[in-house]
Amino acid sequence: MLSNARMIIRLFLRELKSQKLRMSLTIIAIIWGTLSITLLLAFGEGLKNQLDINRKGLGDGILIIWGGQTEKPYKGLPRGRQIRFRPDIIDYIREQIPEIEAAGGEFINWGRPISYNGKIVSEKVNGVLPEYEFMRSLYPDSGGRFINKLDLQNKRRVAFIGNELRDDLFGPPDSAGYVDPIGKTILINDIQFTVIGVMQKKLQMGMYSGPDWSTAFIPITTFQTMYTRRYLSNLVIKPRDINQTEYVKDRLYSILSTKYKFDPEDKRALSIWDVVEDAQVMRKVMIGMQVFFGIIGGLTLLVAGVGVANIMYVAVRERTAEIGVKMAMGAKRAHVMTQFMLEAILIAGIGGGTGLFLSFAIAGTLAAIPMESEAMQWLGKPTISIPIAIVTISVLSTIGLAAGYFPARRAASVNPVESLRYE
Amino acid sequence: MIKMSGIRKAYNTGRIKVEALKGVDLEIGAGEFVSIVGPSGSGKSTLMNIAGCLDVPSDGGYELDGESVEKLNMSQLADIRNKKIGFVFQAFNLLPYATAFENVELPLIFGKVATKKRQDRVVELLGRVGLQDRLGHKPAELSGGEMQRVAIARALANNPKLLLADEPTGNLDSQSGKAIIDLFEELWKSGTTILMITHDFNVAKRTNRVVYLRDGLVVTKAADIAQGIKSWKHDRQFDTA
Ligand SMILES: Nc1ncnc2c1ncn2[C@@H]1O[C@H](COP(=O)(O)OP(=O)(O)O)[C@@H](O)[C@H]1O
Ligand SMILES: [Mg+2]
Repeated sequence: MLSNARMIIRLFLRELKSQKLRMSLTIIAIIWGTLSITLLLAFGEGLKNQLDINRKGLGDGILIIWGGQTEKPYKGLPRGRQIRFRPDIIDYIREQIPEIEAAGGEFINWGRPISYNGKIVSEKVNGVLPEYEFMRSLYPDSGGRFINKLDLQNKRRVAFIGNELRDDLFGPPDSAGYVDPIGKTILINDIQFTVIGVMQKKLQMGMYSGPDWSTAFIPITTFQTMYTRRYLSNLVIKPRDINQTEYVKDRLYSILSTKYKFDPEDKRALSIWDVVEDAQVMRKVMIGMQVFFGIIGGLTLLVAGVGVANIMYVAVRERTAEIGVKMAMGAKRAHVMTQFMLEAILIAGIGGGTGLFLSFAIAGTLAAIPMESEAMQWLGKPTISIPIAIVTISVLSTIGLAAGYFPARRAASVNPVESLRYE
Repeated sequence: MIKMSGIRKAYNTGRIKVEALKGVDLEIGAGEFVSIVGPSGSGKSTLMNIAGCLDVPSDGGYELDGESVEKLNMSQLADIRNKKIGFVFQAFNLLPYATAFENVELPLIFGKVATKKRQDRVVELLGRVGLQDRLGHKPAELSGGEMQRVAIARALANNPKLLLADEPTGNLDSQSGKAIIDLFEELWKSGTTILMITHDFNVAKRTNRVVYLRDGLVVTKAADIAQGIKSWKHDRQFDTA
């Protein structure tokens, strides 16, 4: 039937002429439907990706644990006791729960004076372990490094600084008078520290003690020599396997409740922020949103499909004589049907192709806008992923096929004798 | 070629049942050139549609080219129409958006003839009906006589044994009509069996046999035929309104 392509296109053009308004409205409806399904999904995808990036800014798949206050009396001990962790608890947790990839704890001191070359700011100082580099996504810009084990052992006076803290003290890298901070000496509480690294710029959505970009990180051991602190402000734990998060949480409750003597059922004694669970909930919300967007777009396309079917029904009615003649010439059911099917697919294809083209153009244009603005950082870049393209194209072709199939079936059931009666 | 016995055809239009054919017995041998005449509504077109396997009788037996067609399915009937039968209509029934070439090509496409062979065949057929220089014309650019010749070329595409024509000259002036009948005569002489419905005495005169249909039956009584022919000769047309 390939040799029929010319005729199909000619028929389409004739239909275009005779049903100008109906045809153009239908094609516009398909373009609109394709655009809405593709772009809605693409925005959902961009938002999802962006949320992923923002989430990983805090740390990928970690648990953050704070000590709380007991709410239930336990083994003769009263309620209202404060649960606080000493630094040695970290080794204990590592020993007790082998399912953990890394465990760490930190000291925090807010509003400390930090200065370089006379420039002074008041920012947060964090005493941390080397594991924080990958647990909390504190990756150095090139030329620098994060705090390591030797720094820890030797209680070195070294600092890893957030990129905005760097901007405040040394100026943004492309500004006049900028000096490379690596190796420079800064003062933290009047004590000299050598800058060993600057944090790579990152998006951080979740935070529990202020943004990392304006923090000075120093070895936890050094921190203890400077400030008198007995208790960690919180723990950070990363399970080896994301699927073991629930198990690790249970184990944490069980070993910490034994060690600090509180009722394992006492949910107020510990508070755990499960970043994984948060992310999974968020992911589900996003998928729900995409499904919702997809359905809206799909419905628009469905309405457009009804328009195509309508055009085809009119075409069948107007061409009954022609169908009868073809049958008299020996056309079979398939011959009669393919013509109408192909015509419907052609209409859907022109509308869908234009819609897809416009979608890619719009997504491409938006993606080219730099992500500087606050809104874009949260919205992300609309992304037409392969699954989205597949969904759009399959919805389009299903609708095109259905819009052609039913009218074509009617065409094939035309009674040639009736259609050829000439009075 | 055609062997009909006791053919009946009833149409149910709502509550009214119309019996278009009431038991037609008709035999047409290979190589005959037969015209069917009769008043309007006598069942001529119905008979022709059944002969052409475009319709099935309500009752009776039909053998085409030695093959009983009663038990054939839709697809097999389509094959018979494609290979053994050529149709010519009063209103030409060409596809208006297709060229003469494409119109003639159509039955060859349905018959799955290979492209090269098909194209050669179309050129040959249009040459045979004297339209070798009209290949790219659309029906609107052709005269009535030319359109009917395209339709005949189309009917002959797959070299059918039987040509069926329902008032092929009905929409033509007498000169073009005569040219069409000349063409039929030529085809008949080269071996094609032709069954043609006509109202025109001068057209019927040129066939080798006339079948007279009245009220869904073939009229066989000599007196009735004589009477019909008398009034026909008088009017030149078989039945004027
Ligand atoms: N498809 C149909 N439905 C109902 N009645 C029909 C149909 N086709 C033909 N008839 C009736 O059958 C009779 C014979 O019709 P037809 O074969 O067309 O006659 P003719 O061709 O001799 O004028 C007429 O009464 C006509 O009204
Ligand atoms: Mg008739």
